[in-house]
Amino acid sequence: MAFKQVSSPHSHARQSTGQIMQLVLLATLPGLLVLSYQFGWGLLINILIATISAISAEALILKLRNRPIEFYLRDYSAVVTAVLLGLALPPLAPWWLVVVATVFSIVIAKQLYGGLGSNPFNPAMVGYVVALISFPIEMTTWVTPVSLLAADVSHPGLLESLAIVFAGNSPMDGVTGATPLDLFKHSDGLLVEQIYQNNSLFSAASFAGVGWEWANVAFLIGGLALLKARIFTWHAPMAMLGTLALMSMLFWDGGSSNSPGSPLMHLFSGASMLGAFFIVTDPVSSAVSNRGRLIYGALIGLLVYVIRAWGSYPDAVAFAVLLGNFAAPFIDNYTVPRTYGHGQSRRATDKETSE
Amino acid sequence: MRRIWDTPGGVHPPDNKAQSLTSGIGQLPLPEKLILPLTQHVGGAAKVCVSVGEKVLKGQKLASASASISAAIHAPSSGWITAIEERAVAHPSGMSAPCIEITCDGEDRWIECMGYPDYKQATPLQLRNLIADAGVAGLGGAGFPSAAKLDRGTHMPVDTLIINATECEPYITADDILIRERADQIIQGIEIISHLLGTPKTILIGIENNKPEAIAALNQQCQGTGIEVVSFPTKYPSGGEKQLIYILTGKEVPSGQLPADLGMVCLNSGTAFAIKRAVIDGEPLISRITTLTGEACDINRNYEILIGTPVSHLLEQNAFNPDLCSRLIMGGPMMGFSLTSSDVPLVKTSTCILAPSHTEIPDGDPAQACIRCGLCAEACPASLLPQQLYWYARADDHERLQAHNLFDCIECGACSYVCPSNIPLVQYYRSSKGDIVNARTAKATAAVARERFEFRQVRLEKADTVRETKREARRLATEQAKITSPTTTQSSGSSAADIIKAAQLRGSARQASPEQQKAKLERTLMAAEMRLKEAQQRLLQATTNGSADQQTQQLASVEAAKRKVEQTAQRLTEVSH
Repeated sequence: MAFKQVSSPHSHARQSTGQIMQLVLLATLPGLLVLSYQFGWGLLINILIATISAISAEALILKLRNRPIEFYLRDYSAVVTAVLLGLALPPLAPWWLVVVATVFSIVIAKQLYGGLGSNPFNPAMVGYVVALISFPIEMTTWVTPVSLLAADVSHPGLLESLAIVFAGNSPMDGVTGATPLDLFKHSDGLLVEQIYQNNSLFSAASFAGVGWEWANVAFLIGGLALLKARIFTWHAPMAMLGTLALMSMLFWDGGSSNSPGSPLMHLFSGASMLGAFFIVTDPVSSAVSNRGRLIYGALIGLLVYVIRAWGSYPDAVAFAVLLGNFAAPFIDNYTVPRTYGHGQSRRATDKETSE
Repeated sequence: MRRIWDTPGGVHPPDNKAQSLTSGIGQLPLPEKLILPLTQHVGGAAKVCVSVGEKVLKGQKLASASASISAAIHAPSSGWITAIEERAVAHPSGMSAPCIEITCDGEDRWIECMGYPDYKQATPLQLRNLIADAGVAGLGGAGFPSAAKLDRGTHMPVDTLIINATECEPYITADDILIRERADQIIQGIEIISHLLGTPKTILIGIENNKPEAIAALNQQCQGTGIEVVSFPTKYPSGGEKQLIYILTGKEVPSGQLPADLGMVCLNSGTAFAIKRAVIDGEPLISRITTLTGEACDINRNYEILIGTPVSHLLEQNAFNPDLCSRLIMGGPMMGFSLTSSDVPLVKTSTCILAPSHTEIPDGDPAQACIRCGLCAEACPASLLPQQLYWYARADDHERLQAHNLFDCIECGACSYVCPSNIPLVQYYRSSKGDIVNARTAKATAAVARERFEFRQVRLEKADTVRETKREARRLATEQAKITSPTTTQSSGSSAADIIKAAQLRGSARQASPEQQKAKLERTLMAAEMRLKEAQQRLLQATTNGSADQQTQQLASVEAAKRKVEQTAQRLTEVSH
């Protein structure tokens, strides 16, 4: 009697890459909800446009590459890239900005390198940086949080938002404004206390900046859920947040006019938590070993702070992550774990000494 | 309470052991034919010592150990030898190998067995030979000949004897049931091994805590023996020899070494039982406990099977339904290999036959892209980076693979088990290991060929130099002759020697002018000096990275070149004066 020949192991744990990606998507929901509450319909529209562009671009390239389209789309990686981009891009951004960023992410940063698993850089961050450098005005226009809107101003409704995004209508005056990190960057010569008093973005906040603090808390919750589900290990996100906190403590400077801001503001502003749990944890473009991921995370945390404090961009997660991606293979070289039966760990480039 | 060390990594697949433990060890009816492969163990094939047509009795030796690492094979039942030929055997590749076929006579008549119940009177060597004669090989699955393992133990002091009763593979319960039913004999076996090894200080039985009945049985039998039963949390692959040693002692077997180098010997509990049988009862290893399990068989239980029983016979006796069966596995679901045919025989290493249904072990989904999620690295018990190994294996980057310690991979399959992209990682590693071993062999062969070629070059050069020196000597002699007897050119001698001599002298006379001679000698000197310089360079190379042979060769050619330079220089001075 003949039987099938299969190589061992024969048993498998039932968790697929597609399922992991779906869990990641699920974990962004709290953040998405808080952001949408704070900033209106814009983000949902971003995500919708980004998802459609990402899936179309991925399908098109897969077709050109003669790969089974459905099989690869089912890994949900394109959707994850799209959602992360949608969350990072400013709400009410023109539709073409989202399309350009997403298509660049999928086509150039991912598929041209060989598709999922072969990309050296985080595709969403590549798309984001391309948009940021190419369209600085559109990329730095953010919506005012709902609680800070003037009494006679409100966020545009769904249809109005669509008109802004697709037809280029301008939103009402007072709907757009600065972000906390933006504000801090452009308030040179003021004591931290003065900045806090002068701006409702800080004075009305609980501990960091209005709107952003709760969005960051929501991303933190989503991230911790993924950590609990063992989708990634604690090393990279904790190293990043730890370094960011450490740096902002070291340079807090008692709130002088030179102070780049408090640790709480840095941890809970901008893309800190989104970056730590959803970007830095992208396994494809990060270092591989736990020790390597500690270094990788710390490096990104350090770069985020350095660029925020002394660079010319208010937030820096995208740049920091891309620089971290650059460094990942180098980090990997020095952080191969010690194997059972070996006195010490080896370098990835070691030559075999025994013939 | 002994300290337990936790190994890194590991996975927790569903253990699926209950279904085969509902009844005790069963016996199968005698099969019509038994097929005994000559290689059922690690090492050299056994040497056949019977011939076709011969009648054999149960327990009679059919083939003897052929090398220091080899194991004898005995007749599991009485009957006639009906064939000694290549047959399909249980092997991942589905290959054929030489086998002895016995057609059973149904009498199952034993040969006379000489037991050694008073083993404490025997020397370690006698006991070792008894075990070797009985053909005992590791029954845990690897099949390392036990006598060879104990040999290493007797050469070096052994302070720790570890009995592996971990049985961490899902589905398999052969050790568990054997311990439950025959713990007393296992302990007797351990005591024999302990005696053989000069009574090691520490004797440990390592067992996972998912076998409470077996642990109780062992504890009961171990009372007052000094043998310690250590149970530890269930985690695959705790039963790997290296992993178990670490769990029990906190020591790691250094890469490329053996437990014996740490003063440890590690044997399976089933092997201890076989050693008891061999020494006290004088019975060779002709049967073992094998688990038959999986949803494609109605009956799931353990059998004491005769070695050589065809798998098909075992399946037939247990209401096997081939339509339900997704694949047929010898061994467990993690490290077992699939059988392409059920005609192959069960051998000494067959711990289990697993016939899973399509829902139990479904056909794998196609592999997706590796996203370096790192689940495999978390699962790896050897702290390797399977995701990196995978990329390097795909790129055939042998250097990187070795730098990432590919050869420390024990192929436990934990990485593939957790891989969300369903990548057959272990298959990549096996293939790369094979490629690297082949490349090493090819490299070694090429090195030998190169050395041979270089040696030939040196030999030819040497022969050239020798010829040159001889020619030079002859020429000198001729000139000498010309100087001493310049008048003989006129002689009208008719002998052949005279004619030749005359011709030679005519020849040298033609260029006899001193200026010409001097110019020629200067040229020769220059050439000789250049040759000397070259030879010296070669010698330098040979001393830095050549073999001893090459060095002597080069030294000789330098000497020869020097001589040549000296001679030419001397002659030049002679001519110029």
